[in-house]
Amino acid sequence: MSEELMPYDPTVDYTGEPAIKEITPDGSKHIPPWKPLNLTRRRFLQGVVCSGIAVSNTAILFSSGARPARADARAVERLISLNINGRKRNVDVAPNETLAHTLRYKLNLTGTKIGCNRAECGACTVMADDVSIYSCSTLTHRVKDKSITTIEGIASADGTLHPVQQAFIDEIGPQCGFCTPGQVVSAVSFLKQNPSPTVDEARMAMSGNLCRCGAYDHYLKGVMKAAESV
Amino acid sequence: MTDMMHNFELFQPGSLADAQALLKKHGDDAWLLAGGKDSLDWFKDRVMQPTAVIDISGLAELGAGIRDEAGGVYISAMTTLTDVAENALIKDRFPLLAEAAAHVASPQIRNVGTIGGNVCQDTRCSYYRDGFPCYRAGGNTCYANTPTAMNREHTLFEAKRCVAVTPSDTAPACVVLEAEMVVRRGKKEVVIPAEKFFIGPDIDIERMTALKPGDILMGIRIPAKWSGSHQYFEKVADRNTWDFALVSIAMAATVEGEAVTDIRLACGAVQCTPRRLSDVEDLLKGEVPNEEMETLAGRVASSGSKPLNYNHFKQPLMSSLAKRAVRSMSA
Repeated sequence: MSEELMPYDPTVDYTGEPAIKEITPDGSKHIPPWKPLNLTRRRFLQGVVCSGIAVSNTAILFSSGARPARADARAVERLISLNINGRKRNVDVAPNETLAHTLRYKLNLTGTKIGCNRAECGACTVMADDVSIYSCSTLTHRVKDKSITTIEGIASADGTLHPVQQAFIDEIGPQCGFCTPGQVVSAVSFLKQNPSPTVDEARMAMSGNLCRCGAYDHYLKGVMKAAESV
Repeated sequence: MTDMMHNFELFQPGSLADAQALLKKHGDDAWLLAGGKDSLDWFKDRVMQPTAVIDISGLAELGAGIRDEAGGVYISAMTTLTDVAENALIKDRFPLLAEAAAHVASPQIRNVGTIGGNVCQDTRCSYYRDGFPCYRAGGNTCYANTPTAMNREHTLFEAKRCVAVTPSDTAPACVVLEAEMVVRRGKKEVVIPAEKFFIGPDIDIERMTALKPGDILMGIRIPAKWSGSHQYFEKVADRNTWDFALVSIAMAATVEGEAVTDIRLACGAVQCTPRRLSDVEDLLKGEVPNEEMETLAGRVASSGSKPLNYNHFKQPLMSSLAKRAVRSMSA
């Protein structure tokens, strides 16, 4: 077989360039050529030194009314403070970093799981100001002003389990357990807003969490049981 | 780690003027981020790689909220879908919209996803989303309308080269309620009726809405006209959470005595824009909704549809939904 007739072989032929590039050869439309971050050594050092005040100053920088619009407004500072489980954590966060990534790989809070990484499974559910969100599909910079609660912050400081956690154990909620952190956080957040739900309301509220073991009814019973003691 | 996003600079402007200046400066490289639920998927797939992402959640002029406006409501574009679905004012006046918002994706997505983002979102055609260079992406072919293509989610009506459908659940509700989209274009405020806001491939094959580059959707104004009327929303999807509609229907009707005096119906996910069921509306005006009218409405609803290879099932689905909507009036 001559070389031209060889079938497509991704290990040889794959160029690593975005497929869509072929329709925009000038790179003008959707896909600009990759550029490194506009972050010089000097600006990075400034960022490191000033970050403490920079975070609190952002609001002032952008809030005054009567001044010309700033197209040169600086991109977000990388060094920010996050309020996680009641503690202030200083962390270096890239602009394109998701909250799940920050929690797991920067802060070592690995209780939050990454399942699909596309907001379609619920394993990464955390609370931002008591509202359940998918941390895999939230930019960390979006939640720097909110107070984040992860699965690590659900039980009380002395180790007593939250009623939801206890109820999930009693009702044998988890099988493999991978979705459980997300299920617990969803249930806690839901019971905070609706302490005495109906079964249908609870089912609706838990519908954003997938369980591949199919233990939905166990989790649902757990939520209803926890509702009695919350 | 999988699905790592490309490098971009993130801006969090505090005022509309700043956001517009950034949009102008970065031009085609700029991307507006509202709730971010759809945007991040685009980035993770590396199909869209904007270098400047502008987070508009902090704009002073765009504070999330819902307010009473002359018997109707004004909903800021940054209002989350949960807030829309649970707001007392909307539930009271426009239960259709509350229902539609409550049927979007999953609870966690509704907690963050905004109504502005929901009406502006791009189509879910899997070929387009996977980065195929189709008509909509600026190319010169459609991958979803070939003899072997998988197109069960695609269009029944008005296919013009592109066969993608509108994915939004709130869009048909906006069309039925005669909502007005308040758009900031430069220094001007432009008000676009919902029916003209959603555009098909015959107008522009690369866009789903009338928003031009640099425009920012500020809010949605719903007039008092349909407040308190009989309203109905139903969505059929593969799963009740996450999945986009296969067909959805929205209806608002005023009934005096037993007869329908005025009615508006729209279907989602059967055309590139929410499809007004004008024939069904004409049929029902002045009539008493009964079993005969249900049957007729069902027949008329999907007439003229041109299904593709795998989406014939949408025809009876559309008819059944129209029937059920009409039946809800006599119940």
